Amino acid sequence: MGTEDIRRQSMNVFRMKLLGAKVHGVTSGTATLKDAMNDALRHWVTHVRDTFYVIGTVAGPHPYPQMVRDFQSVIGREAREQMLEAVGCLPDAAVACVGGGSNAMGLFYPFVEDKAVRLIGVEASGLGIASGKHAASISAGSVGVLHGNKTYLLQDGDGQIQHAHSISAGLDYPGVGPEHAHLHDIGRAEYAAISDDEALAAFKMLTEMEGIIPALESSHAIAEVIKMAPQMNKDQIILVCLSGRGDKDMHTVAEAMGIEL
Amino acid sequence: MSRIAETMNALKQKRTKALVPFLTAGDPDLATTEALIHVLVESGADIIELGIPFSDPMADGPTIQLASERALAAGTTLKGVLELVARVRRRTNVPIVLMGYYNPVLCYGTTAFAADAAAAGVDGVLLVDLPPEEAQELQPHLRRNGLDLITLLAPTTPPERMRALAGAAEGYLYYVSMTGVTGSQQVNPAAIADAVRDIQAHCQVPVAVGFGITTPVDAKAVAGFADAVVVGSALVNIIAAAGRSPELLNEVRAFMTALSEGVRTAE
Ligand SMILES: Cc1ncc(COP(=O)(O)O)c(C=O)c1O
Repeated sequence: MGTEDIRRQSMNVFRMKLLGAKVHGVTSGTATLKDAMNDALRHWVTHVRDTFYVIGTVAGPHPYPQMVRDFQSVIGREAREQMLEAVGCLPDAAVACVGGGSNAMGLFYPFVEDKAVRLIGVEASGLGIASGKHAASISAGSVGVLHGNKTYLLQDGDGQIQHAHSISAGLDYPGVGPEHAHLHDIGRAEYAAISDDEALAAFKMLTEMEGIIPALESSHAIAEVIKMAPQMNKDQIILVCLSGRGDKDMHTVAEAMGIEL
Repeated sequence: MSRIAETMNALKQKRTKALVPFLTAGDPDLATTEALIHVLVESGADIIELGIPFSDPMADGPTIQLASERALAAGTTLKGVLELVARVRRRTNVPIVLMGYYNPVLCYGTTAFAADAAAAGVDGVLLVDLPPEEAQELQPHLRRNGLDLITLLAPTTPPERMRALAGAAEGYLYYVSMTGVTGSQQVNPAAIADAVRDIQAHCQVPVAVGFGITTPVDAKAVAGFADAVVVGSALVNIIAAAGRSPELLNEVRAFMTALSEGVRTAE
């Protein structure tokens, strides 16, 4: 794990350690997710005979994007069934945040053939696309090859990978799973971008109104729903993926609000 | 005949092996790299592997990662590397292989890259994260311009895949001496000799061995069976330690001379 993410996600790191994990800090590059992926791949090729590589998102060399999609699809299959049971029809739109894109791919995949269901992935626009400090690979990146997959990347004119920025560590990655790039290119899914400030506002709104504290990553999806809903009819249905709890983000949110814990 | 084939054939006539130093272009800057290449050639390099710096060098250990970072900090671009090769080419016939990652090449444009690299005097290209199965975007352009796409084999490459890749190899085959990244461990020559001989039996091109060769003793041992010996991190470490000091060229010359002596006296 990048040392910057260890800092931002100290609650999660503490939990991982309680569960018995050994967490290696990665200091190379930007010390975030992409650098942790570089070092994990380096470790894997060095110990390939007795080490299994696993990744928590739908990126990386084949067959990882496919494997992670299939595992994560439980979300979408159950959501689809429950939707039919509870409402009697499919949703008009399914919305999820996109870092590497696993929770979104898991939600979308069982709906891909349901052409009437809009699929909307939400990337992090950080401090704004124009600022250059964002993580919106599909919305503002270009095609390249990194970590064994061809996809949309944040890169400069020489093909060097650029730093991503998002207030949420889980979206702070300068690429996106290749199947999202494909769904975008064939026009099956749409990709929006939500800024740090919009995500924080959505975080507060969901917390106050529903008593549900969403992860900062998931808050990007919530923010997009808050934007979309007023444009839709009252009887239309939006399915949103709440990919995680916000307990882990208390420090970051407090810091953003200028509160010392 | 290509410069790589010519060089390797000439060495074969002399019953000797090739010494192939690797250095990262632009570390610490392109002018120094240019001076270094001439020193390498004068002190026994038969082929030069020139690293294209990349922000995310996944197959490299800390030594070459840092070299990449220094080169990028100095403003090195792929275009700048090609211009460097063109300048070097005016003074030397040494085969030059560009080694790196696919994204800078893809971003440059595969058609333009192949044409510009050939015009600059590049002889081969080795891209560690471009598996042969995915090379169709680049390889036809390289071929049209007379450039070799060098392939890698690892200790974990299954025999069937080894035979297929060895049979189709261009320029030379690069055998990675261990499972791991560059500069991570020391080579164990005795442990890889049989694997290298097996590959040689299946291919028409020379077999180079790299990763973990750091001393003249290693170089001599590996040259006992391999056709070419690649030395990277050990050289990059010297460049890193000397930086822009006036001693840099002499230190590199001394190290290369010792390596060359090892390779020439291999049996
Ligand atoms: C709660 C949560 N949601 C979403 C993500 C983003 O990952 P992905 O885009 O793969 O779903 C993360 C990543 O760490 C996360 O922790």
